[in-house]
Amino acid sequence: MHAATLNVPETASSATVISDPRGTHPRRSAPWMDTAFRWLTRFFALLVFSILAAILASLVMGSQPTLAKYGFSFIWSEHWNPVTEEFGALVPIFGTVVTSLIAMLIGVPVSFGIALFLTELSPPWLKRPLGTAIELLAAVPSIIYGMWGLFVFAPLFQSYIQPALIASLGGIPFFGALFAGPPLGIGMLTAGVILSIMVIPFITAVMRDVFELVPSLLKESAYGLGATTWEVVWRVVLPYTKVGVIGGIMLGLGRALGETMAVTFVIGNAHRLATSLMAPGNSIASALANEFTEAVGDLYFSALIELGLILFLITTIVLALSKLLLMQLARGEGAQT
Amino acid sequence: MSGAVSSAAAASGGAASVIAASNPLYRSRRRVNFFLLAVSSLALAFGLFWLAWILGTLLYEGGNALARAALYYQMTPPPGGDGGLANAIAGSLIMVTVGTLVGTPVGILAGTYLAEFGRKGWLAGATRFLNDILLSAPSIVIGLFVYSVYVAKVGHFSAWAGSFALALLVVPVVVRTTDDMLRLVPNSLREAAMALGCPVWKMITFVTYRAARTGIVTGILLAVARISGETAPLLFTSLNNQFWSANMNAPMANLPVVIFQFAMSPYEDWHRLAWGGAALITLAVLVLNILARALFRKTN
Repeated sequence: MHAATLNVPETASSATVISDPRGTHPRRSAPWMDTAFRWLTRFFALLVFSILAAILASLVMGSQPTLAKYGFSFIWSEHWNPVTEEFGALVPIFGTVVTSLIAMLIGVPVSFGIALFLTELSPPWLKRPLGTAIELLAAVPSIIYGMWGLFVFAPLFQSYIQPALIASLGGIPFFGALFAGPPLGIGMLTAGVILSIMVIPFITAVMRDVFELVPSLLKESAYGLGATTWEVVWRVVLPYTKVGVIGGIMLGLGRALGETMAVTFVIGNAHRLATSLMAPGNSIASALANEFTEAVGDLYFSALIELGLILFLITTIVLALSKLLLMQLARGEGAQT
Repeated sequence: MSGAVSSAAAASGGAASVIAASNPLYRSRRRVNFFLLAVSSLALAFGLFWLAWILGTLLYEGGNALARAALYYQMTPPPGGDGGLANAIAGSLIMVTVGTLVGTPVGILAGTYLAEFGRKGWLAGATRFLNDILLSAPSIVIGLFVYSVYVAKVGHFSAWAGSFALALLVVPVVVRTTDDMLRLVPNSLREAAMALGCPVWKMITFVTYRAARTGIVTGILLAVARISGETAPLLFTSLNNQFWSANMNAPMANLPVVIFQFAMSPYEDWHRLAWGGAALITLAVLVLNILARALFRKTN
């Protein structure tokens, strides 16, 4: 490091600035290298900048046939029949949204609890190992979640948890319809539960980061007034970081919506609109993973690409919102210090 | 655990305990506090429980398969046959390597622009924003993109397409870490180099890159870990190959897709191989992650 800094004057032939006798070199001796380097990096920044637009353009182009044939009715039509070439996205969109909502219902409170534990309760020496362990949940590849879900989790879910849910909640009017039907093991509920495990590390990481932003002065003032740890978290930390917490939840939601392999293994891949969460369904990503390489015919391909387009638009909007919220928190933080 | 809770509660309540001793309101607040903090510890236990369960399953199911030497030198078998995952392992290694080699320079240079030249103008801010979206974008959409711009045009699945899709996943990770790490380099270093008359390109390549080196390497390792387990983008790009192939213009076997196909099949021996592959990938990804963390921690 220091050697590098010290080496610079020997290798850089730029002493001209200081000892140019005639003053004909007002600037450094090799400005074209600077310009070239600047434009090189600028080019790649532009490339990264345009990737999202390129993805959008290619998906829109690929889905021309169905866009032309169905227009917006593609979104709310529930037919999906490759043989008669009738396509509608309602079932996969429904499955994607329902599984993600289940994931959020379980994942958000758990992530909040973990973030609370790691920022306020954990003894300092435990913080790092426990935090790393939770982050490793994000490192496990999604196909592993899927395989484990199919072979290990679903059978146990089927024989113990689903019968209990059906017995206890299935009898309630209206609400019970969500838990009606035979325990199959696989289905939207299973997919949602596995997704919830997968989003925990992402939401927890954001929550931990934003909780650390709270000035200790605020927290100490509350403690000084006799507040309990929970009261400090609920009435001081959470209101202060509200925007960031919502940003973290949106990030998790974006991840859940686009998750492919884990869902494909356990959702059951049935093109049916079911009221019961136990029933097999389909999500956009798993429909793509299952059918894309076997699709025949332009319209079928185009329908699948349009599914991808819908998924891309939904996740991009959710992730952009998440980013905007987090930026807002960061800006507010800058204004207050 | 309960020690942590009660000590935290004591710390918070310590100052007010004089008022609290006989105050029923304060006692009920303390009870609520204790209950919710206990729930928070349970949440942590809930998270760790799944990690332990998944890793335990992998060790239990995949351990035997990993110990068989044939896993590493035999090809993927037809159903009922004996075999290994040699072609899939090689294919994964090739595509991950090519993907990283293509994606890393792009990411580093773009990240350099964001951190070093991005003070003025709209490009840096906008790119940083879009890059963060790209970072979490569904990987299956990346696969779809590469399919439509490359595979559909060429007319066949290929290892190049797979590598290209993986490179697209490497880029946002590397851009983000390079940007973050370069911005951590103190400006005094840059000023010192400039004051000595160093050109900007030399200042960046010889001074700031060196100062941020471990951070950037961490980012690359994390990117490699991420793409090693990615399945969705490879489904539409490199597909799979039952045989040994080093031809980048043909479909190439790779671990994630082989695991997917074998696990979804009804054959017991394919399931065993899939577990072996799953254990292998997870082991590699976790080692890479822990390595990256250890490297990063050493410098900070």
